Amino acid sequence: MTDSALTVVRAGALTTVQDLGRPGHAHLGVPRSGALDQPAHRLANRLVGNPEAAATLETTLTGCAVRLRRAATVAVTGAPCPVTVDGRPAPWGAPVRVPAGAVLEAGPAIHGVRGYLAFGGGVDVEPMLGSRSTDMLSGLGPPPVTDGSVLGLGPPHRPAPAVDWVPYPGVVPELVLPVVPGPRDDWFTAAGLRTLTTGRFRVSAASNRIGLRTEGPALERAREGELPSEGMVLGALQVPPDGRPVLFLADHPTTGGYPVVGVVPEPYLAAAAQALPGTPVRFTPPRPGQPSRGSRVRTGRR
Amino acid sequence: MSMRPLPVGEHGLLIELDDGDAAEALHAELLRRAAARTLPEVREIVPAARTVLLDGVADPHHLAAEIVQWDIPPLTGGRGTTIEVPVRYDGPDLADVAARWGVTPGEAARIHASSLFRVAFCGFTPGFGYLTGLPERFHVPRRATPRTRVPVGSVALAGPYTGVYPRSSPGGWQLIGTTDALLWDAAREPAALFAPGVHVRFVPEGRTR
Repeated sequence: MTDSALTVVRAGALTTVQDLGRPGHAHLGVPRSGALDQPAHRLANRLVGNPEAAATLETTLTGCAVRLRRAATVAVTGAPCPVTVDGRPAPWGAPVRVPAGAVLEAGPAIHGVRGYLAFGGGVDVEPMLGSRSTDMLSGLGPPPVTDGSVLGLGPPHRPAPAVDWVPYPGVVPELVLPVVPGPRDDWFTAAGLRTLTTGRFRVSAASNRIGLRTEGPALERAREGELPSEGMVLGALQVPPDGRPVLFLADHPTTGGYPVVGVVPEPYLAAAAQALPGTPVRFTPPRPGQPSRGSRVRTGRR
Repeated sequence: MSMRPLPVGEHGLLIELDDGDAAEALHAELLRRAAARTLPEVREIVPAARTVLLDGVADPHHLAAEIVQWDIPPLTGGRGTTIEVPVRYDGPDLADVAARWGVTPGEAARIHASSLFRVAFCGFTPGFGYLTGLPERFHVPRRATPRTRVPVGSVALAGPYTGVYPRSSPGGWQLIGTTDALLWDAAREPAALFAPGVHVRFVPEGRTR
């Protein structure tokens, strides 16, 4: 069924097929997976006239290049980067008509981490449990693309819209993440909880699709040992024995035995997915009486 | 049965129970209510060792207040289908496990094969189930040093649980046997052989060592 519509010329550091993931299977040990920056993934699809659930390519830091075997409308979103078609500059964050045989290249990120390449019709690989996403934890879905990988495209759904409003993401000078306490905040001392909201953390280079790891002060525990395994959610702030919180992203394990001190609401996770190693991280208490919404993220993104 | 609801972000809820049996009973009740469409919409219901996680709940506070008032029937054994898993009791830790139990390896295999197991919960990797059913006197600790590679199909023990490795991976459980059963097959519906609540029997294949 795959019609070998595109060939990967340069796979980049880590390029995977992603869509909205496979929620609903956590009880079988299956991570949710899916695009880390969901708004950017959805926007790329809208720009080329796809449903938001169509699969895109998610790139990491260094972009990627593909040769299209048939003409297609393509859009690049997420981390801003130079876009070229056969070496000639093309717009970022806009639908680009790429002729058959041409090479579309998304260059290295100017800032941010994850880029999204949407193609009219969507990347067509065999879905697994309703999703085409590559899951880096469990190995479900297609393997990460490599130089020479051949991928299919689905039939274009409808004419691409003439215009869409695309915000150009700014640099994220500081990642500010509200944390809803629990379920295991009682495993930490009052001093440990103060450390969480006052400590100076940074994004660790050991971060990946499974979790954003932090460097910084250790959270003091009120009790030692491990919990019996319990279910984990997207956005959970799990604290391993070294005391540095790990923010669970899309490919997180479905159960775990380290205590979760709090949970970062989902609308803030797109900014976390774009934060470069070294970016300062500040965890804040949620504002009382207000529902958390991404529009209140103070990251400088507009 | 005492149930302690704990907050998990804005749309999650973790119900902590006294033990694994109570968690399994609550999980079964949640599935019954979901099937009867009397449970509000949830995205995930994840049972674990002593808890059940509900995620993607519109109003977790309201649901928590309801759940703690439920009258939950205890688990009834033996209902539903039982999956038979053929096993060769040839694991490298079988002799150690038998020594801990004070029996011969052959008797250890018979003890394991005569127990009725239930998938208490899944996790670790797709298709991996934590199976309860081994009497408490046969519980064994994890190995002091985990193996960097446990072969696919290894039947293993740790604490109260029996598990089968769906793919090769690092692991610290005591390996007592091997099965050719496919624990996870993406092309199969359902992909996972083990799902929470399923009953399992291990059936010895050929002679044991």
